[in-house]
Amino acid sequence: MKLRVRNQLRIAVRHSLLALTFTFCTLGTLATAAPATSKVNTTDLAVTDDSVTVGILHSLTGTMAISETGSVEAEKLAIEQINKSGGVLGRQIKIIVEDGASDWPTFAEKAKKLLVKDKTAAVFGAWTSASRKAVLPVFEKENGLLYYPTFYEGLEQSHNVFYTGQEATQQILAGLDWASKTLKAKKFYLIGSDYIWPRTSMKIARKHIEKVLKGTVVDEQYYPLGHTQFGSLINKIKLKKPDVIFAAVVGGSNVAFFKQLNAAGLTAKRQPLLTISVTEDEVLGIGGENLEGFYSSMKYFQALDLPGNKKFVQEFKNKWGNDSVIGDVTESAYLGPWLWKWAVEKAGSFDVDKVVKASENLEWKDSPHGYLKVDKNHHLWMKTRIGQWKRDGQAKIVFESDVIKPDPFPKGYQ
Amino acid sequence: MEFVKERLLGGKEGARGILILAVLLLIVFPLFLDIFRLNLVGKYLTYAFVAVGLVLCWGYGGILSLGQGLFFGLGGYAMAMFLKLEASDPESTKIQSTPGIPDFMDWNQLTALPWFWEPFNNLFFTLIAIIVVPSIFAFIIGVAMFRRRVSGVYFAIITQAIALILTVLIVGQQGYTGGINGITDLRTLLGWDIRSDSAKYILYFVNVVLLLGVIMIGKFVITGKLGRLLLAMRDKEDRVRFSGYDVASFKVFIFVLAAAMSAIGGAMFTLQVGFMSPSFVGIVPSIEMVIFAAVGGRMSLIGAVYGALIVNFGKTYFSESAPVLWLLLMGALFITVVMAFPNGLAGLWDKYKDKLNRDSLKNGFRSLGKREKTFDIKWPKITLPKFRKKETEVKGVPSNIRGDHA
Repeated sequence: MKLRVRNQLRIAVRHSLLALTFTFCTLGTLATAAPATSKVNTTDLAVTDDSVTVGILHSLTGTMAISETGSVEAEKLAIEQINKSGGVLGRQIKIIVEDGASDWPTFAEKAKKLLVKDKTAAVFGAWTSASRKAVLPVFEKENGLLYYPTFYEGLEQSHNVFYTGQEATQQILAGLDWASKTLKAKKFYLIGSDYIWPRTSMKIARKHIEKVLKGTVVDEQYYPLGHTQFGSLINKIKLKKPDVIFAAVVGGSNVAFFKQLNAAGLTAKRQPLLTISVTEDEVLGIGGENLEGFYSSMKYFQALDLPGNKKFVQEFKNKWGNDSVIGDVTESAYLGPWLWKWAVEKAGSFDVDKVVKASENLEWKDSPHGYLKVDKNHHLWMKTRIGQWKRDGQAKIVFESDVIKPDPFPKGYQ
Repeated sequence: MEFVKERLLGGKEGARGILILAVLLLIVFPLFLDIFRLNLVGKYLTYAFVAVGLVLCWGYGGILSLGQGLFFGLGGYAMAMFLKLEASDPESTKIQSTPGIPDFMDWNQLTALPWFWEPFNNLFFTLIAIIVVPSIFAFIIGVAMFRRRVSGVYFAIITQAIALILTVLIVGQQGYTGGINGITDLRTLLGWDIRSDSAKYILYFVNVVLLLGVIMIGKFVITGKLGRLLLAMRDKEDRVRFSGYDVASFKVFIFVLAAAMSAIGGAMFTLQVGFMSPSFVGIVPSIEMVIFAAVGGRMSLIGAVYGALIVNFGKTYFSESAPVLWLLLMGALFITVVMAFPNGLAGLWDKYKDKLNRDSLKNGFRSLGKREKTFDIKWPKITLPKFRKKETEVKGVPSNIRGDHA
């Protein structure tokens, strides 16, 4: 008796599974986007009389999820605020969220889906350089519009992408100048994770140190992503005694790197260190006590004392909880929807080409990190700041540069 | 004609299966799916090449390779190298410090094209390399492992390790390989824009025809004596060896064949998706590919295609409709499949068919589902009696071939 019931159950499960697979197949074929045309939309984007659809494409799962969550939250917050203030050209923004799953081909697939199937007017997303490289051909082919939030290596400029984070020279040169002047640094030790962003950054740093600052690079080391054994590195540092360590170590390696530095006695008092890869988000993982006294070079710190930032931090915490911290990239992600909204309204159209044109020289006087301007090379003019980390995971801003012009293809640094 | 029917199509039942698949892929999908979805199906089908290879080498040969991504990647990278060189002509790369070399080399301070990239300027060489390079690689691994009689779990672990080594190598040598970004932004094949919709249609059909070809090669192998030997090897390797067959050579052959098939899939992947990255070479994608074969049924060449299609379709569908929960849904799908039908979809199909046969024609009906069983009956007929009378058997065997196992 029991056996028969079980068998029937098994058969039922199989039947329902078959039915399920079948439904998926049919559903997949039926899903198509509804087109809508009007004056503001001549290129068949997903714009109706009262709504406009945009995409958010970040890793919600996989190793990058922890880093990209902040960006998703910031983008959603910005879009919610825009909707509350009346939307874009009188239209409420609808969001389609897709998961890039920390996997570059998936990013490409989903980017294509957002542009071809969903006809999104703009996409906010991609985080790592690899994911941006994967989606770039898709955006160029389908003439989409991407707002990319992460500080990155430069050497790129696309009609279809706006880079709301800093490119390498903005972040690095001001930081090194400061280290040379304030810390009187002459000997630099360069350390990075082994991929395109640290490599390019260090290339620029080395040129600047040797040619402009007339200092020396005592060593340059790269470690695979996820590397956690920095013992031999620490011995080398102790041997070479650099004035400043210049670091671009990312992800999980960061935690091991700073903990081991600390354990080896290389604290901020003995060994100054300037990094371009640690934001408030990373500090959460590394622990403020391991970073105390070290410096980061960024355009944004949560502790910035600006009216635009106070408002932003308050609203971010109201929406996502009091414990949430805001790092540089999260703030960059917040800029995207706003810059898009203003460009659309300036252009009076959702058409990508018109929005791109209208974006040129767009200014935002009281953004969370202060004044910014969109350059015609699709990067932003902005200030660079040096923050010194405190035990509580927040930074004390010790230096602020002038507004720096973005220069993704720096002459003399390639 | 008889050869085509019996060997390439695998008899009446096999021909029906291939026909249904061909109609589905060549007529139904192109008619009912728009180009975006069809391109996705094309991408899924490139994994089917690997799954078909796995049916041969794992299902029939009993060699579980957890490193098929290695060969998929080698094939894909070979194709990508050719396309990248074509995309990096001096005109479109004039912004670089060294125009005319791929962009990632320029970012990594390379000033000349590395020697091993040079031959990939030639399409003919590339097409050969797509098959030959992974085959040589598989041959070396195969000879090194099978001659030493490494098998089972140990072999699986070693293939995994090799896949990992290659990933680390690709990521580490980014000046030569594109690193973790992979080789991106591929545009044309001999001046033909592979990103256009018409190109996507053509590539899809080329892909399907190649896949059907690969399935027929698979059928040819398993319907012949080689297929029977493979099964025998899988079930009792020592007996086949003592019968005088060179077991290692057969294993090497089937492993190389599976590798070559995976490589074709990799090359087609690069063409249809437009880039190649180390995320297809490592352990995770390799295991995923084994899952495609397992879901489809590891004894069924055609089932493997359906397995690759359904798992990937589920992946796309779940991740589009539930971006936060989709990994859990995929996990649930795998667990259900393994619990509910351990022999995969093909096993389920065979069972239904058996039941149908039992109900309608009580006896005298020979079907594909039973072919394997007839096999089981044939084999013991020769060996089982001998096996039971072990002492007499040993006495009967001439001492020079008895060996120390007897």
